Amino acid sequence: MSEKTYLQAISDGLRTEMRRDNRVFVLGEDVGVYGGAFKVTLGFQEEFGSWRVIDTPLSETAIVAGATGAAMMGLRPVAEMQFADFVSCAWDHLVTVAAKQRWRAGTPVPIVLRLPSGGGFSGGPFHSQNPESSFAHIPGLKCVCPATPEDAKGLMISAIEDPNPVLFFEHKHLYRRIKGEVPDERYTTPIGKARIHAEGDDVTVITWGAMVYTAEEAAKMVDASVEIVDLRTVMPWDKQAVLDSVRKTSKVLVLHEDTRTGGFGGEIAATIAEEAFEDLDAPVKRVTAPDSPVPFSPVLEKAFIPQPDGVAKALKELISY
Amino acid sequence: MAIARVAEPSGSLQEVREWGLDREDLLQIYRNMLITRGVEERGHILYRQGKIPGSFYTGRGNEASSVGVAMAMGADDVGTPLHRDMGVHITRGVEPWRIFAQYMGRADGPTHGRDGNVHMADSRLGLLAMVSHLPAMLPVAVGCALAFRIREEQRVAVAWYGEGASARGDTHEGMNFAGVRRLPVVFICDNNQWAYSTPTHLEYAVEHLADRANAYGFDGVVVDGTDVLAVYREAKRAIDKARGGGGPTLIECQTLRMEGHAVHDDAFYVPKELFERWAERDPIERFRTWLRSNADLSDDEEEQIGAYVKKLLNDALQKAEESPQPDPATLLDGVYATPEDLDTPHHK
Ligand SMILES: Cc1ncc(C[n+]2csc(CCOP(=O)(O)OP(=O)(O)O)c2C)c(N)n1
Ligand SMILES: [Mg+2]
Repeated sequence: MSEKTYLQAISDGLRTEMRRDNRVFVLGEDVGVYGGAFKVTLGFQEEFGSWRVIDTPLSETAIVAGATGAAMMGLRPVAEMQFADFVSCAWDHLVTVAAKQRWRAGTPVPIVLRLPSGGGFSGGPFHSQNPESSFAHIPGLKCVCPATPEDAKGLMISAIEDPNPVLFFEHKHLYRRIKGEVPDERYTTPIGKARIHAEGDDVTVITWGAMVYTAEEAAKMVDASVEIVDLRTVMPWDKQAVLDSVRKTSKVLVLHEDTRTGGFGGEIAATIAEEAFEDLDAPVKRVTAPDSPVPFSPVLEKAFIPQPDGVAKALKELISY
Repeated sequence: MAIARVAEPSGSLQEVREWGLDREDLLQIYRNMLITRGVEERGHILYRQGKIPGSFYTGRGNEASSVGVAMAMGADDVGTPLHRDMGVHITRGVEPWRIFAQYMGRADGPTHGRDGNVHMADSRLGLLAMVSHLPAMLPVAVGCALAFRIREEQRVAVAWYGEGASARGDTHEGMNFAGVRRLPVVFICDNNQWAYSTPTHLEYAVEHLADRANAYGFDGVVVDGTDVLAVYREAKRAIDKARGGGGPTLIECQTLRMEGHAVHDDAFYVPKELFERWAERDPIERFRTWLRSNADLSDDEEEQIGAYVKKLLNDALQKAEESPQPDPATLLDGVYATPEDLDTPHHK
């Protein structure tokens, strides 16, 4: 074990697989000489050379479609979008080719797409988004959203091992802020299994990514025992863990940083309503960003991204229901 | 082998007059270049003082290119300038205090704190606000030109893009459409030799990006982007041609990005000698020298202009600092447009 930042844990997972398996290679904008915009691949080009750590032109289509082709030829590409927001430029190849290739033509596409996502530092409308719901909606794509360094490493390795296209949402606001003990050896964290971040009896918060910590802060502000379920992966998602927790506490808050309408929280709430209606003591609550683009000004951004006091307020309403 | 025409350097005062610039225009260009650099230098200071949230970008080294092109545009023309093209906003008349307010995320910035940096534009001045995604605005400018063509208006759209962004499909699709329909659009490639840390040889494999124009059925020109008058001349020619129904032109302006990609980047990957070599071609210093030897720019005039710019920027900074923070209660306003929103000069 050693203490690592969330960012170092991602690098560690990626490096581990690149050392172990020479089919794994990295491609993206400024990932080589510069080490990536956030330095996740710092030193990788020195270690693995410029054909395994490829500085591409500014071409998201070429990156994702190129990764798709290389994967179908037996390699294990890990592609980086400089910011998750730019994945929109590669939507077509991800959604049209990579997602559907196994189902319709029997050719799997084992790619990993790294997506630095999330806000909290005035990145504005194009450097702050959390687009996981859009992709969770696409059959054939997997979406993972680690919150802890340990999971970041384990899920990176699982994502590379996985025979499907996996979107790896790494939250930028966690990169250097969150530290934790990470096993030095190789391990995997299962895709589709939630983690109980905090055990509690009175009310459940279901969340993922940076909002796990917002929920933790909020839990300290209320006089109740709060269970925090860190979904870890949004597609597939751990329905069983969610239902188990709902049955235990009977009150549930779904929390995400993405906007509300069509956000993945709606899917979770609907599932709880369908399968655990009788177990509920209060209507399912959602706390999310409002339906607007992500604003730049710190004042506006604070009003946009769910904050601990807002979550605490919602928890209190649930508790007193 | 190059296919594009390589433009000659700027000429004498006599020649410049023939292109339609009088002495006052020349001084205006000089002032605009100084204001452009001044705004960005002060932005840098604001950033270091912690007054600018997020990141901060400048276009140092691109003042001639951005101001030169904007000077050549007509009042009713439109453009989609990018993050190195502050000179376009200045030349079109955006007030510096609004830019500082934008930098600081204040209510009086062109985006009212909703977006930052140079992600702004005043549509009343014929400019459309860029998005981060590069070069998404290039095919949009083509669409503006399409509207002008359909309505048979004598207007031109100017689309800026970086040499790095030339790699994206948007560039190809926009240029092809413009070529096929001979639309009144001028493409300005800010070739500053780097896309973040990526050098040109990893971005494209032709000699000049302007060579590609040929493949879309229009002309390409390579111009020294530190020579404001040469840029002006080429932009004017291309804009006049587009206005006259002659179709698009691609102008590649060669410069060097004189700073890191953004404030956080020390540009360790750019060879020092390259910076030194291009520092000798500083666009503002070059033009100042030209004005002194060709247009009798006097010490007095220089001093006056310097004092004017300084006061303008000082006042602007103060006014911007007085601008309020945006009101969080307004966050959801305008996600969807209303019919009244269509009451703009563009929709008349
Ligand atoms: C589609 C897209 N991908 C990635 C980025 C991130 N990014 C911002 S600027 C930049 C480099 C752009 O290079 P170039 O087009 O040459 O413009 P320059 O910044 O040099 O003026 C990159 C990669 C982006 N803005 N848009
Ligand atoms: Mg460039």
